[in-house]
Amino acid sequence: MIRTVNVNEITENIKEMCIEVNHFLSSDMTAAMKGAEKKEKSVLGRQILGQLQENLHIAAEDMIPICQDTGMAVIFLEIGQDVHFTGGSLEDAVNEGVRRGYEEGFLRKSVVGDPILRKNTGDNTPAVLHIRIVTGDKIKIKVAPKGFGSENMSRIFMLKPAEGIEGVKQAVLTAVKDAGPNACPPIVVGVGIGGTFEKCALMAKEALTRETGKHSEISWAAELEEELLEKINQLGIGPGGLGGTVTALAVHVNTYPTHIAGLPVGINICCHVNRHITRVL
Amino acid sequence: MDRYIKVPIAKEDAKILKAGDYVYITGIIYTARDAAHKRMYEILQKGGELPMNIKEQVIYYMGPSPARKGHPIGSAGPTTASRMDKYTPQLLDLGLGAMIGKGKRSPSVVDAIIRNGAVYFAAVGGAGALLSKCIKKSEVIAYEDLGTEAIRRLEVENFPAIVVIDSKGQNLYETAIQEYCLEK
Repeated sequence: MIRTVNVNEITENIKEMCIEVNHFLSSDMTAAMKGAEKKEKSVLGRQILGQLQENLHIAAEDMIPICQDTGMAVIFLEIGQDVHFTGGSLEDAVNEGVRRGYEEGFLRKSVVGDPILRKNTGDNTPAVLHIRIVTGDKIKIKVAPKGFGSENMSRIFMLKPAEGIEGVKQAVLTAVKDAGPNACPPIVVGVGIGGTFEKCALMAKEALTRETGKHSEISWAAELEEELLEKINQLGIGPGGLGGTVTALAVHVNTYPTHIAGLPVGINICCHVNRHITRVL
Repeated sequence: MDRYIKVPIAKEDAKILKAGDYVYITGIIYTARDAAHKRMYEILQKGGELPMNIKEQVIYYMGPSPARKGHPIGSAGPTTASRMDKYTPQLLDLGLGAMIGKGKRSPSVVDAIIRNGAVYFAAVGGAGALLSKCIKKSEVIAYEDLGTEAIRRLEVENFPAIVVIDSKGQNLYETAIQEYCLEK
C-alpha cells in the first residue's frame, strides 16, 4: 500500500521542531546535566553547572533560546519506501520548515550562502539534509541544530589499520584536548569508526543524537565509550574549560564496515546544548 | 575573588584584576564578532576610522538571537574568541581595554594583552538566556547589514565573567586545568 503525504506536513513539523529544540533541552540531556552537578569536584565548575541549570530554566520560561547560536539545522529523514510525497519538492519543504521555524521562533540566522563570499542568507537556510530510504510507510524526522563553537573543534583521522583501537583512543583524546574550553564543555563526543572519509563523519554526527549516555550494542564499542569517558574526564578541562572533573557527559561510538587498507575515525564534538528531537509521522 | 567593576575600563583598573577573579561588569560594552572584525580591520588597513572610539572600551564577542517583544535582546552568550585573534593585537594597540569571549587566545594576543595592560574575560558559553538578563539596552551602532554580526552598544548590569588572562599574562585556562588533570 502506498501512503500519500503532503510535504506541507513535513514543513509544519520541522518548523515546530526547530523552535522546540532550541528552547527545551531533551530529557536525556537534562538528566546528564543534573548528574554532572553531582559529580563535579571543582567549586567553580559546580558554580558554572549551576548557572547552566538556571539558563535552561530561563530559556524554557521566557522562550529565549538556550544558546544564541541556534545552529545550522542538521536534519535526518528516514523515509519509508511506501511513502509518496505530494504538494511539491521535499527538499524545499524541509527548508521552508527551517525558514519558518527560525523566523517565527526568534532564532538566530547563522548561515552564509557562500563559504567564501559569506553573505548571510537571512533565514538560516539551507539545512544540511541527510535522507535514508527504509522499508515501511513511516517518516522519521530528526532535527539536530548544530552550533559551531563545538563543530569547529571536530576532527577526522584516517588511521592505519595497524594503529587499531589504541590509535582511536589517542585520536579522540587529542581532539578533546585540543578543543579545550572552545567547545563549551561539558561536551558530548560523537565518534564514527570505519566506513569511508565521509561515512565516519556522518556516523559521528548521528552518534550525538543518540540518547545521552546510552551505550553501543557492540560490546567492544560500549567498553570503548566507557573508557574514553573516564580518560576525557581525567584531562581536567572541566565545565567552561575552567578546570574540573566533568569535561564530557557521554561518548557515543557508531561503527561501520571499512576497507582492508583503512581505519577512518570521525570525531564530532557537541557542547552541553546537544540539541536533538525526533518525530515519527 | 569577587569584584564589581565599571566599564569602560581604565588601565589602572585592569591591572588590579587577576586571572581567576570572578567579576560582575556594569556599564557600556560593544559587540563585535567575525564579520565586524574583518570590516574594522579593512578600514584600518585603508587608514580609515573605526565606528567607535575603542580606547578603554570592552568588546564582547557575541551575536545575539533576535529579541522578542518587551526584551532588549535575545539569547546573548559569548562566541569563541580565537577566531578574532588575527585582528585583536591591532585593536589592543589602539587602546582596547578588555574583551569578553570564551576559549583560548593565540600567543600574539597574549603578548598584546601584556604589552597594553589589557584583560580577557570569559563568560559561560551556552548560557545565552541567563546572560541576556544582564543586558538592559541594546542598540546597533554600525554595520546593520551584517544582521546578528552588526556592532551593538550594550548597557550591562552585573554581567558575570571570569578573568582568564590578566594584564601580566597569567592564564586561568592553563593553571586551572593542571589542578584537575590526572594525566601527568
